[in-house]
Amino acid sequence: MQRNQPAPLLEVDNLHCHFFTLDGVVRAVDGVSFSLQRGETLGIVGESGCGKSVTAMSILRLLPKGLGRIVDGSVKLEGRELTTLGDADMRSMRGHQVSMIFQEPMTSLNPVLTVGLQIAENVERHLNVGRKAAMERAVEMLRLVKIPDAERRVNDYPHQFSGGMRQRVMIAIALSCNPQVLIADEPTTALDVTIQAQILDLMLELKQKLNTAIIMITHDLGVIAETAQRVLVMYAGRKVEEAPVVELFQRPLHPYTQGLMRARPRLDVEAEEQGRRPRLQEIQGMVPALNRPILGCAFAPRCGYATDRCRSEAPGLTEPVPGHLVACWEATKIAGMGHA
Amino acid sequence: MIAYITRRLLATVPVMLTVGVFVFFLLRIAPGDPAAIIAGDNATSQDIENIRGKLGLDRPMIEQFVHWSWRLLQGDLGISIFSNLPVTTLIAQRMEPTIALTISTLMVAVALAIPMGVLAAWKARTLVDRLVMGFAVLGFAVPVFVAGYVLIYIFSVQLGWLPVQGYRPIGEGFWPFAQSLVLPSIALGTTYCALIARITRASMLEVLSQDYIRTAESKGLAQRRVLLLHALKNAAVPIVTVIGIGIALLISGVVITETVFNIPGLGRLTVDAVLKRDYPIVQGLILVFAFAKVLVNLTVDVSYAFLDPRIRY
Repeated sequence: MQRNQPAPLLEVDNLHCHFFTLDGVVRAVDGVSFSLQRGETLGIVGESGCGKSVTAMSILRLLPKGLGRIVDGSVKLEGRELTTLGDADMRSMRGHQVSMIFQEPMTSLNPVLTVGLQIAENVERHLNVGRKAAMERAVEMLRLVKIPDAERRVNDYPHQFSGGMRQRVMIAIALSCNPQVLIADEPTTALDVTIQAQILDLMLELKQKLNTAIIMITHDLGVIAETAQRVLVMYAGRKVEEAPVVELFQRPLHPYTQGLMRARPRLDVEAEEQGRRPRLQEIQGMVPALNRPILGCAFAPRCGYATDRCRSEAPGLTEPVPGHLVACWEATKIAGMGHA
Repeated sequence: MIAYITRRLLATVPVMLTVGVFVFFLLRIAPGDPAAIIAGDNATSQDIENIRGKLGLDRPMIEQFVHWSWRLLQGDLGISIFSNLPVTTLIAQRMEPTIALTISTLMVAVALAIPMGVLAAWKARTLVDRLVMGFAVLGFAVPVFVAGYVLIYIFSVQLGWLPVQGYRPIGEGFWPFAQSLVLPSIALGTTYCALIARITRASMLEVLSQDYIRTAESKGLAQRRVLLLHALKNAAVPIVTVIGIGIALLISGVVITETVFNIPGLGRLTVDAVLKRDYPIVQGLILVFAFAKVLVNLTVDVSYAFLDPRIRY
């Protein structure tokens, strides 16, 4: 077998996804690679439009038909290539080995079908059981996600549940067939803060119980800090940094990651007492348009450290610290300056 | 739900009353005099006056109305001016062909339109979609009588597969009955089918872009189940609405279709009665059509509650 690392459960290699629009080809994901171990939680962060959701969608091949397509790269689940899998095989994999929960709990459930049916149909489809057993499983799943009075509530419709409850139902659907990988695309973004915490706790608890690996996609570094073991930072469709979570928070190497960290709101008690509240730090500039080829480093126009080389030549990934990957020409220098 | 249906049924009474008032007075305001038609071309004005007196048409309009309404409440639609038969009998005699034609048209149109619309939405912007929408435009553009004569020419005159005209009651056997309905149903149903197909496509297209369809796809469900359960059930409310509205369209189409195919139904009865100013028949027919429409609307409204759990009465 392998050296000391076990074979990864999911392996994404050099993934390219393009959207074919009237404004030209949009390179939404431009050469992203990562791997996921069994039972691990991998966080993917980045701002809106950086390609994190598209990356997730392409694992399940759920990109909008006729618009977006995987043009290059490979996605392997337990060594099995998914990008070239037949439609029928792909369908029997979705919701079974790999399942997904989405950002919008209010609209992600079908309003005209009972939540019980929406859980049970997944079970019926993949676990080869009858309707009755599937419905029993649905009740069991509702209990697992801590919906009170589950026996009665299986027959309710989504509009009878609150946003947080609906996200619990989504989790119940996603976990109903004991998937190996759960892709959570901004699962708590649309919820208010107390509910966010509950949902994250629930996901972590169930992950322990079922040993599911999670890909947690978010723009919220707080969510990453609470859930992930390893973090991947994306910018303009590319991976710019990857590190274990503690390492990333202690020593962000990419200027973009540093910008993200600085942009987090913090409570500065001392300043607060003196009656001045520090302004949130923003990252200057805008995300580049992805429908034109990007020369050099995509972050260069917004980066304070950018040199002529950054603007003309795209940096490859380097590993200045073991286990910590970064795509930046100036990374060592920045790290040296930041932590000298 | 039962209470709702009862309430709606009771509400039909004022509706029918309003329809009755309008029908009665509009007919009498419209030009044309049944007495003159009965009397014929050579009659003197005295003859016409006599006939008017006999029919009660010389009375004040209000008096005629009160008289008619009173009889109506007892279930009596009056006597035909020309045939001297009770209007209820005449309508009952002509009911079967029209009901048969309407139902078969409805079934054929819905059975074709919904799959076509779903297919067009699923395969949006492809050749299949363009073909279906092309048919829909054509179906809209070709009038019932043109479609009728073209169908008769091809399938009855040239190929000899189906009867040219006429209607065979179901009592004479199902096969001849069905054969006599094929061409009229197609002729009458084309516009209707085009309408439903278009709405189905539009409604499905909107639903297919919803988040819950992506969820259904992420469960790896069969394409059929995603389209026909997850999407179509959500798209159903506008479709059912248009099916209901289309029944009004069918009722007017029935008049032309029955004339083209020489079917002795309510449509033909309507045309004949209007041309002769046979007031009692026209009044009776319009009330029957209005009642049918009210029932259809009620059925449509009740079906919403079954299709969408968020709708409750």
